[in-house]
Amino acid sequence: MDPILYTILLCVIVFGISLGAAAYMTWGERKLAAVLQDRVGPSRAGPFGLLQPIADGIKMIFKEEMIPTHSNRWLFVLGPCFFMLTACMTSVVIPWGSGLTINDTFYRMQVTDINIGLLYLLGVVSIGVYGIMIGGWASNNKYSLLGALRASSQMISYEVAMGLSLIALVMTTGTLQLGEIVRQQDGGFANVVYQPLGFLIFLICAFAETNRAPFDLPETESELVGGFHTEYSSMKLGFFLFAEYINMFISSAVMATLYFGGYNFPFQHELGLEGNALAIVQSLVFMLKISGFIFLFMWIRWTLPRFRYDQLMNLGWKILLPLALANIFITGLVMFFSGKLG
Amino acid sequence: MNENTSHLSEYVPIVIMALVALGFVVTTMILTHTLGPKRPSKVKDDTFECGIPVIGNARSPFSIKYFLVAILFVLFDVEVIFMYPWAVNFKELGAFGLWEMFTFMGLMLVGLFYIFRRKALDWE
Repeated sequence: MDPILYTILLCVIVFGISLGAAAYMTWGERKLAAVLQDRVGPSRAGPFGLLQPIADGIKMIFKEEMIPTHSNRWLFVLGPCFFMLTACMTSVVIPWGSGLTINDTFYRMQVTDINIGLLYLLGVVSIGVYGIMIGGWASNNKYSLLGALRASSQMISYEVAMGLSLIALVMTTGTLQLGEIVRQQDGGFANVVYQPLGFLIFLICAFAETNRAPFDLPETESELVGGFHTEYSSMKLGFFLFAEYINMFISSAVMATLYFGGYNFPFQHELGLEGNALAIVQSLVFMLKISGFIFLFMWIRWTLPRFRYDQLMNLGWKILLPLALANIFITGLVMFFSGKLG
Repeated sequence: MNENTSHLSEYVPIVIMALVALGFVVTTMILTHTLGPKRPSKVKDDTFECGIPVIGNARSPFSIKYFLVAILFVLFDVEVIFMYPWAVNFKELGAFGLWEMFTFMGLMLVGLFYIFRRKALDWE
C-alpha cells in the first residue's frame, strides 16, 4: 500500500479508536458508578445499555444550540472545538503495537515515531489549556470565568511536576522517542520498577491534567454550577465532556507506554507466538493495560472526595514539585554510584 | 533507530491527524448547527446566574493570585525545558553533567524556597 495512503488510514483508525473508546468509557463510567452505588445504571438502550453512548451522541447533535447574547460568539464556538482538536492530537505518538507484516510489507502501528515524542506530548497537553480558557472567558459568565481560571492554573501547576517526573524517566532511558522507550522495556523490567516515585507523581499529575476527581475543581457543581461549560449546550457541551474522556484514554495509554512496558508483556517470547500473532496479542495486552488505568481513574472518582483549592495548589507546588526534584536527585545518584554513567 | 537523523517527513502524519480531527470537529459543528431547533428568547439567551437577574458582567478584575501562578509556571517550565536535553544525554555527560545539573537544581530550589517564604503560593 502507498505509504501516504496507509498513514491516512492509520490516522483515521487511531482517531476512530480514541472516539469509540471515549464513547464507551462514558458507558463504563456510568455502569461502574452504578455498581459502586448499588444501582443498575444505563439498561434501557440495547442489551446492558450498550447503545447508550450512541443515543447520547445523537441527542447531543439534535439539541438546541444556544449562544448567550453577551458572549463573544466566535470564541464561544472556538473554545470547545479547540479543546476537542488538541485532545485528538496526542494519540499520534503512542505506539499501539509492534506492527504487522502482510505480504512482506511492514505496517507500523504507531502513526509517527518522532524523536521528540515526549516533548510533543507535553506541548500538546499544554495547548489544551487554551480550549478551556477561551471557552470559559468567552461565555461572559462569572461561573465560567472562575471555572476556566481554576482549570488553567491547576493544569499549569501540575504540568511543572509532570515535566519534572518525566525527566527522571528520560535519564534512565536516554531517549524521548516513545517507540524506543517501549522497545527498551522488552525483556527487562518495566520502567515502573526503576521509577516508582516518578510514576506516582506522573499518575497524580495525570489526574489533575485531565480535571478528574479528586481534582475536578474547574467543574464543581456545588460551587460553580458547571464550571467553564456552564453556558454550553448541544454538541459544544458534548465536545467538552467527550474530550475529557479522550484525554483520560490517552493519559492511560501514556502511562502504560512509559511506565508499564507499553505493548510488551512478561514472557512474551516464550509463548511460541511469532510475527503477526504476537503483534496482535501485544496490542490486546496494551488495551488491557489501558483499561486497567481507566478503571483506576473511575474507581478513584467515585471513591474520593474533592480537594479544597488551597490543598490542590499546595499539593502541586509544595509537595509534588520538591518530590519530583528529589526523584531526579535520587535517580542521578543511584545511576552514578551503580556505574551506569559513561 | 534514527536518533540523530530527524526527517521533516516524520511530522507529516501529525498534520494528517490534525486534518482528520479538524474534519470531524467542523462536520459535527455544522451538523449540530443545522439539525438542532432554534427557539431563541431574550431570557433564555441571557447569562446564566442561577435564576436571579444578572448583576454586572464577568469582565471584571479577578484575583492577582492566578497571574502569579501563571508567571511562576513560565519560570519553572523554562527551567524544566533546560533539563530535557541534559536528561537525554545524561549517560554520556557522566559525573560532570550530574554535578552541573545538581548545582542548577540547587539554584532552582533556592528560588522555590524564596517563593514559599514570600507566601506567593498561599491561598487564604
